[in-house]
Parts: sequence; C-alpha cells; structure tokens
Amino acid sequence: MKTCLIVDDSKVIRKVARHILETLDFTVAEAADGREALEQCRLSTPDVVLLDWNMPVMSGMEFLRALGTETLSHRPKVVFCTTENGMAHIRAAIEAGADEYVMKPFDRETLHSKLQIVGVA
Amino acid sequence: MNMAVPAADPGCARLLAGLLEQRTGQRIAPNRSWRLDTALKPLLAGLSIDDVAELARRLRAGRDEALADKVVDLLLNQETSFFRDAGVIESAVQAVAEPLAAGMPVHIWCAACATGQEALSLAMLFAERKAAENWPRMPEIVATDVSGAAIARARQGAYSQFEIQRGLPVRRMMQWFSPNADGLWAASRPLLNAVTYRRHNLVAEPPPAGRFDLILCRNVLFYLVPRLRGQVLERLAGALKPGGLLLLGAGETVIGLSDELRPSRRARGFYEASGHAPSAPGGAAEVASGAQSS
Repeated sequence: MKTCLIVDDSKVIRKVARHILETLDFTVAEAADGREALEQCRLSTPDVVLLDWNMPVMSGMEFLRALGTETLSHRPKVVFCTTENGMAHIRAAIEAGADEYVMKPFDRETLHSKLQIVGVA
Repeated sequence: MNMAVPAADPGCARLLAGLLEQRTGQRIAPNRSWRLDTALKPLLAGLSIDDVAELARRLRAGRDEALADKVVDLLLNQETSFFRDAGVIESAVQAVAEPLAAGMPVHIWCAACATGQEALSLAMLFAERKAAENWPRMPEIVATDVSGAAIARARQGAYSQFEIQRGLPVRRMMQWFSPNADGLWAASRPLLNAVTYRRHNLVAEPPPAGRFDLILCRNVLFYLVPRLRGQVLERLAGALKPGGLLLLGAGETVIGLSDELRPSRRARGFYEASGHAPSAPGGAAEVASGAQSS
C-alpha cells in the first residue's frame, strides 16, 4: 500500500482527505503543521505529502523548502492542496519543487486524478 | 418551486427516453430512469415547471423544438475529462507522428467530443511535440458532438475548477490555461484555434466532409441502442483514409458489429478499415488544409 501524509491545520479537511485516500487504498498519516510533518517524514517518509499552504508554526512553502535540505530514504511526491487558487501561488509552488497542485474545494475524482499524475495511485 | 422533483412516472420516462433515442440513438436503461429527474432538475427550475409530467405535456404538444433540444442536451451522457486514459491519448498522437514529422497533412476527427477536453488534450500534446521535434505543422482536428450546448461550451474553452483539475497536470494547466473574470479556467487562443468544433449527429448525419487519418470515437457505442452500433461503425470506417485508424473506448469492440473494420496490424489498440468500406459521402478526396472551419 502507498502511504500519504496529510498536512493541514483543519481537522475537517484531514478527515475528508483521509476518507478519500483510504478508499483509494492509501495508508494515511496526519500532521497539523509543517514542522510536525517534517518530523514525521524523518521517522517514516511517505510516498506522497498532501500539503496545505497556510498553517501555523510552519507553512506549506516553508515545509517544502525544509524538505529539500533533509536527507531522507527517498524524496516524497508533494501535492499542494490549498485555497490559494491564483496563478501566482500555483507558479510559486511548482517553482519551489511541488509536483502537483490541488485547488480546494476538491472531490475524490480530483484527488485521485492528481495522485495518478504524480504516479502514486 | 419544490426542491425535490417528483419522480417521472413510467409514461413520462418512456417519452423522454424515446426523445433521446430518436434524436441521438442513445438509450437510458430502464433501471437508470432515475437519472431523468436528476438530469432535468435545472431545466425544470429554470422554466418554473413543477414536475416532469408537466414537461412531458409540453413536449407532447410538439411545437417547442428548443425545449426538446434542451431536454436532449441534459439527458446525454457528457462525462469526459482531460487526458482520459492518458496512455491512450499519447498512443493516438504517436500513431500519426510520422506523417506530421514529415510535414504531411493529417486530419483527425474527435467524434462525440462532449465539452472538448479530449480534443484539447490531443491539441496540447501535438503542440508540445511540434515544438520539441520541430514538426512543420499541426494536424487539423475537427471535434463534433450532437449536443449544441456541449459544442457551445467547447468553443468557449472555459472550464470550472473541478473540470480543469481532472486529468490535467498542473504544468500543462499553467502553460495552456488562465483564470478568467467568470472564475473559470480559459484555454489560450492558440490552443482553441487548434480545434474546429461543430455540431454533428453521429447516427443521423454523414461524417464531416473528407477522410481522416485518425478518428477517436471513445465511450460512445456503449450508450447507443444495439441496432445502431454497426451502422455507426460502418460510417466511421467509410470516413477513414486508406490506412487511417479508429480508436474506440476501452471495452468497446467492432467484433460482431461490423466486418468493415479490423484490428490494426501496425497500431495496437486501434482499428483500420478492412478494405471494403463504402466511400464517405463527399468522395475520397482528402480534406484540404483549413477546409474544416465552422
């Protein structure tokens, strides 16, 4: 089974995303901010990180930059999942190394499609 | 106006399903007649009609062609997405890459294109290959659908946030689309110009003029009443150039339906004319470049 780390400060979003991902046969872990996510990646690197943009403690972009400096068993795919739906944010995320981008709100089809595009579903 | 639409009684359901079948050859299986109510809900709300029975009464009166068109548009299955079965779309591009690289004209027909995502997916791949490999030209892509509403949307080339995210990699979205004032993602002008859209009824009209190097008719046969499947395949066979290829949907086949098509020997997953298909109306002359403009 593939593993996905959901990083979002909203419990509701984590719950919705977890439900969808489990129906897609993912093993799911959760983190409420970028720093917690980084610690989890050091312990067990997931296949893919579903990453919110705006979070307390450490934002999605800060996490993405920090991830690039880590020595991990492999580099997880990073899919932003955010309400920041403007082209400037999308461009910034891709230039910073994100693999895909999901604009909230999302549904099962959207998430499945993006996970297929990055090769984990 | 009630929020819940009363379920169509069997008589209304038969009338509506009959209208769809008469105009498009598509059928609604009896066990899916619940779809009538869901699909027609926006139309009923827009016309302040309380239930499907009243809609059926208006249709029986028989003089409101525009209303009948709207009903058919809503009952058609318009399920589509960008790069649906991405590997298949890539193999379709590859199937005509050689003549394009050599500068030869290539004509493609996307039959039953719905709101245009398949045709635009092809156009993006062709444009990228043209730029990367210095092809002298793009193919001529004509995309057709029986629904006037779907063709109007395809011509606009503007997609909702949900539609744009289904199957379309973000880098391609950034390259080919931009947000517009209506909150939709609009295709760039060069991408839209790569496809000519026109309304066309696959079961009632001859194919678009000329003959085609490649025809995509995916996930259409399944919805047609069985007696029409063979007829449509024969029309498609007649619209292929010698050596032209037909691509059907996964799980769709010509076996038992038409002996005018056979699995292609040179392109796995495609069909080609078996050699005794009748000529397409309009003769065997190739479509001249630009002759497909709407």
